[in-house]
Amino acid sequence: MNAAPGIVAIVLVTVATLAIGTWGLRFSRTTSDFFVASRTVRPGLNASAIGGEYLSAASFLGVAGLLLTFGADMLWYPVGWTAGYLVLLVLVAAPLRRSGAYTLPDFAEARLGSRRVRSTCSLLVVVIGWLYLLPQFQGAGLTLTSAVGAPGWVGPVIVGAVVLVNVSSGGMRSITFVQAFQYWLKLTALLVPAAVLVVVWLGDGRPTGGSSGGAAGADAGAGPAFPDLVSWSQPLAEGGGQGLYVTYSLIAATFLGTMGLPHVVVRFYTNPDGRAARRTTLVVLVLLSAFYLVPPVYGALGRAYAPALAAAGRSDALVLELPRIVLPGLGGDVLTGLVVAGAFAAFLSTSSGLSIAVAGVLSQDVTGRAWGGRRLDGVTAFRVAAVVAVTVPCAVALLGPEVGVASTVGLAFAVAASTFCPLLVLGIWWPGLTAAGAVAGLVVGGLGSGTAALVTLLVDVDPGWRAVLLEQPAAWSVPLAVGVMVGTSLLTRASRPAHAGAFLVRLHTPEESAYPRG
Amino acid sequence: MSEARPPRVRVTGPPRRRTTGGAERARRDPGPDERLAGLYLRSLLREQLWLAARTLLVLVGVLGSLPLLFHLAPSLGHRSWLGVPLPWLLLGVAAYPFLVGLAWLYVRRAERNEVAYGDLVRGTAPAAPSPDGPEGDPR
Repeated sequence: MNAAPGIVAIVLVTVATLAIGTWGLRFSRTTSDFFVASRTVRPGLNASAIGGEYLSAASFLGVAGLLLTFGADMLWYPVGWTAGYLVLLVLVAAPLRRSGAYTLPDFAEARLGSRRVRSTCSLLVVVIGWLYLLPQFQGAGLTLTSAVGAPGWVGPVIVGAVVLVNVSSGGMRSITFVQAFQYWLKLTALLVPAAVLVVVWLGDGRPTGGSSGGAAGADAGAGPAFPDLVSWSQPLAEGGGQGLYVTYSLIAATFLGTMGLPHVVVRFYTNPDGRAARRTTLVVLVLLSAFYLVPPVYGALGRAYAPALAAAGRSDALVLELPRIVLPGLGGDVLTGLVVAGAFAAFLSTSSGLSIAVAGVLSQDVTGRAWGGRRLDGVTAFRVAAVVAVTVPCAVALLGPEVGVASTVGLAFAVAASTFCPLLVLGIWWPGLTAAGAVAGLVVGGLGSGTAALVTLLVDVDPGWRAVLLEQPAAWSVPLAVGVMVGTSLLTRASRPAHAGAFLVRLHTPEESAYPRG
Repeated sequence: MSEARPPRVRVTGPPRRRTTGGAERARRDPGPDERLAGLYLRSLLREQLWLAARTLLVLVGVLGSLPLLFHLAPSLGHRSWLGVPLPWLLLGVAAYPFLVGLAWLYVRRAERNEVAYGDLVRGTAPAAPSPDGPEGDPR
């Protein structure tokens, strides 16, 4: 294996990331810069940054691999990850920005006036953030092993170190530039090789997995070589009623989970106002849509050229290895360098965003507190928190058991959908939410979805309805969390926060409106 | 954003137990202007909620019906257009313009609602300076 293109790509991406981060450093001087870039980021730049941060290893590597292995029902992942932004736009974007809070716990405390709700939210932000960081670090190890032949620990260590340097030196402001750059890098790194490979595929006489009768579109890789062709192009999981449940539960988790991801939400506070928050989200939808058109091409070409990867259970490496399989020689090497650069950018940007979100919460609620009579100043507290935020998941990735990239990300979505989604939607649209109701809903939703997912990851459950319900908990855990939140709020009606009405007014009225906003 | 860069302020975290001032305002006797403003405000909230609900209904009605459709009529999955199986066309390609279009319609309508509200308020209520400063932020 020729390791040179991969090494060159990784070095270039690392150097570019650090250089842009350092350049952004000149603009970062205050704590406000560290957390939310002092709220002066334009929609175009901000949307690129959100796209760069959101498109993680699961999007860059995982989707194509899942499509190769399982077929069309996996198309629900990218569709759901995009539709999640539409739900976020419609229900949360502008009001969340107008709430004027820094982080999710800030929003919860401002809305409900309760320290208990704040602590519960902080804990959940850290849990979801680490759940999401873990597969990024593991994916980095996988990429470096596959592209360069490096031992598995090198990837997590490099990504962890670069993220730490960038986050703790520049904070949110420099990260905004880095991530905007990384969105465009990722799109190029996925799109250009895909285009070249499609041309090669056309020149090869459009093979479809060892058979003739090819298709006109790049998306069609379906050929009779795979015995499960019919189920491969069905947009449903297998198993009749259970498959239907799995598909709908996946839809629920992705549509509703996006708004509850800490690194997604924290980005909305960097918009100048509510209207900019909406426009930013619209641009994000366009950018994500452009990106997600490409992975199916890899899935379909993989079916034609690299079915062995799926059989060997190494489908996560499809995007990385397909260029060399289809196009041996120099061309394949150059394209490999490009996809490795994109994959590496995916780990760096998503882990940076998550680390910022987790570090922001930790620095407010742990390292920023007075310990033994001493209190760290804002920036120092943030840097200490960043070290903790990066080190813990990095260590787990190095020492812990190997888990699938997509399954852990799916778990993070399910937990986010069952906790922060009800909190945000009810908090923004329903004056009747109380602190007790919020805590009860967060605990039930978080424990329900979290336990189900942990059992799936760690225990072998006999296949059947029980396994299916545990594997995809969102379809029952989200309604359960909403029910508990509403029910408990109604029971504790007397403790409804006095300022709830005024706060809702503030969330929903335009900033420039002449009426005094609550 | 900033032709004139706003002065930098060191912020070290959100103030705890902040008062929003909402309770104070509520205790005051609302004049006729404020009652009218409250009416406009409720209508804005209703409009925005209804708009959000409609958008989500379209989203769930269109995308959400697909799994059921393919469950009830599995033969649809064998159809293809220009050689591409129908599910791949629908979910791999068509879903994205649909989502972007829906989002674009929503943003346009939501901004229109806010402009209409702003016109109403400026037409009736006396221009009161926001207590939160120009940005409307508590900090």
